Amino acid sequence: MQKQTNQKAWFLVLPVFLLVAFSAIIPLMTVVNYSVQDSFGNNEFYWVGTEWFVEILNSERFHSALGRQLMFSGLVLAIEVPLGIFIALSMPKKGWGASVCLVLMALPLLIPWNVVGTIWQIFAREDIGLLGHTLAALGVDYNYTQDALAAWITVVVMDVWHWTSLVVLLCYAGLSSIPDAFYQAAKIDGASRWAVFRYIQLPKMKRVLMIAVLLRFMDSFMIYTEPFVVTGGGPGNATTFLSIDLVKMAIGQFDVGPAAAFSLVYFLIVLLVSWVFYTVVTAQDAEANK
Amino acid sequence: MIKNIRFTPIFYIIFLMLPIYWLLTMSLKTNAEILGGFSLWPANPTLANFKTILTDASWYSGYINSTIYVVLNTIISLAVALPAAYAFSRYRFLGDKHLFFWLLSNRMAPPAVFALPFFQLYSSIGLFDTHIAVALAHTLFNVPLAVWILEGFMSGVPKEIDETAEIDGYSFPTFFTRIFMPLIGSGIGVAAFFCFMFSWVELLIARTLTSIDAKPIAAVMTRTVSASGMDWGVLAAAGILTIVPGAIVIWFVRNHIAKGFALGRV
Repeated sequence: MQKQTNQKAWFLVLPVFLLVAFSAIIPLMTVVNYSVQDSFGNNEFYWVGTEWFVEILNSERFHSALGRQLMFSGLVLAIEVPLGIFIALSMPKKGWGASVCLVLMALPLLIPWNVVGTIWQIFAREDIGLLGHTLAALGVDYNYTQDALAAWITVVVMDVWHWTSLVVLLCYAGLSSIPDAFYQAAKIDGASRWAVFRYIQLPKMKRVLMIAVLLRFMDSFMIYTEPFVVTGGGPGNATTFLSIDLVKMAIGQFDVGPAAAFSLVYFLIVLLVSWVFYTVVTAQDAEANK
Repeated sequence: MIKNIRFTPIFYIIFLMLPIYWLLTMSLKTNAEILGGFSLWPANPTLANFKTILTDASWYSGYINSTIYVVLNTIISLAVALPAAYAFSRYRFLGDKHLFFWLLSNRMAPPAVFALPFFQLYSSIGLFDTHIAVALAHTLFNVPLAVWILEGFMSGVPKEIDETAEIDGYSFPTFFTRIFMPLIGSGIGVAAFFCFMFSWVELLIARTLTSIDAKPIAAVMTRTVSASGMDWGVLAAAGILTIVPGAIVIWFVRNHIAKGFALGRV
């Protein structure tokens, strides 16, 4: 769409600007402030420059948390995206079947995150949980509070349970925008199922898939509540992801300086990815509007 | 092959429903039955756990608190996001692209980064433990999202409508509320749904900003887990009750939900 240049549009944006500035810039400045100072208590602070940043960037603790985080996000994406595409392809296109599918599939997305944790905590328990009990009955040695591998599997399966529907819904939205004529043309040409997917459905889903991948990356990168409720970051530090580590440091140990430096590094990583996201999506928008 | 593929959604939905079913059966059992032995369904279904929650003020006030700040947040977010989304979809202005990206970057800010600074900010201005504090804090990620979704829907409305309305002598506020907003009604519904959803499911910030008077249900639940030694039945019942509002809201937006998740960009 052709847009007019009009500086008065700023007045329409001003409320949003003020509100978000209030809730974003002031807290962020607090973080920056802490990240360059040290304290002996009593609210006496002195300047330490980049000391905390150097400490964080060289700390074993940050590296391992970042490593676990990247592995978690990678695993979750590798499972959820193909699975989501596959389910979206096999869903009914319209009618009451589609409505029922959509409503039931969207349900996990609207459960408070700590309740998601509680559900899986109960479900996977050996004594009272359906999953844990069944596995124990089959003779599988599974205990997510003791065994790091079991804890990882539980957290990953929980995330798949929680968020695959997001990918499904996005792909479904992309698929339902394909006109029937495309399929009829493919049928006349005698295209195989794979060819239909590769040359008609996948290109149409490209835009929404990009959104899905990046939303899932960001949200899995910030995950806190669900693994915290299920495993508390344990056993040991096995499922201590970046946010869990950060909260431990800031609120548990009250190491405000390092925690602030940690926050900023963390935020910068997410910001970098979101910049890529934004560039890709706006480029696609521009292409679509040509 | 093509026939078999039809069953995939059914398997997937069974996978989704099993844990929820398990929570439901547990909420209908007594604690003695839960810990006494393993059974696939409750032998003597009881509503005692739900009764505990609905008659105990420390439990049900959590639901009331959550609902109040979620509704406040949805109203605030939509009220500021509507004009802004219109500006972004119709006009070019100084710094528009940078501003849009900056807004979005806040959607991507890890809540863990903001928990402590928010606590200090709202304590210092005397809003700690109020509903409005949580509602304002949640605008951090809901306003950018609402702006983005609404902008997507608004860009789908042809500009000629704006121009025709101007020629017909409508003032901007009248045009916006009487003509334009009904046109993007489904977009507003979807944006409201998303504000509701993300505010309802968020725990970290809501818990950090409240202690007693505005404590959300999610935080009430975590306290119970750690303090009173696993009252599984009540915990499960509380969980079931947090799912209900979401299920109701989904039903109303079911036809637009997919488009909304694509941020209005399909």
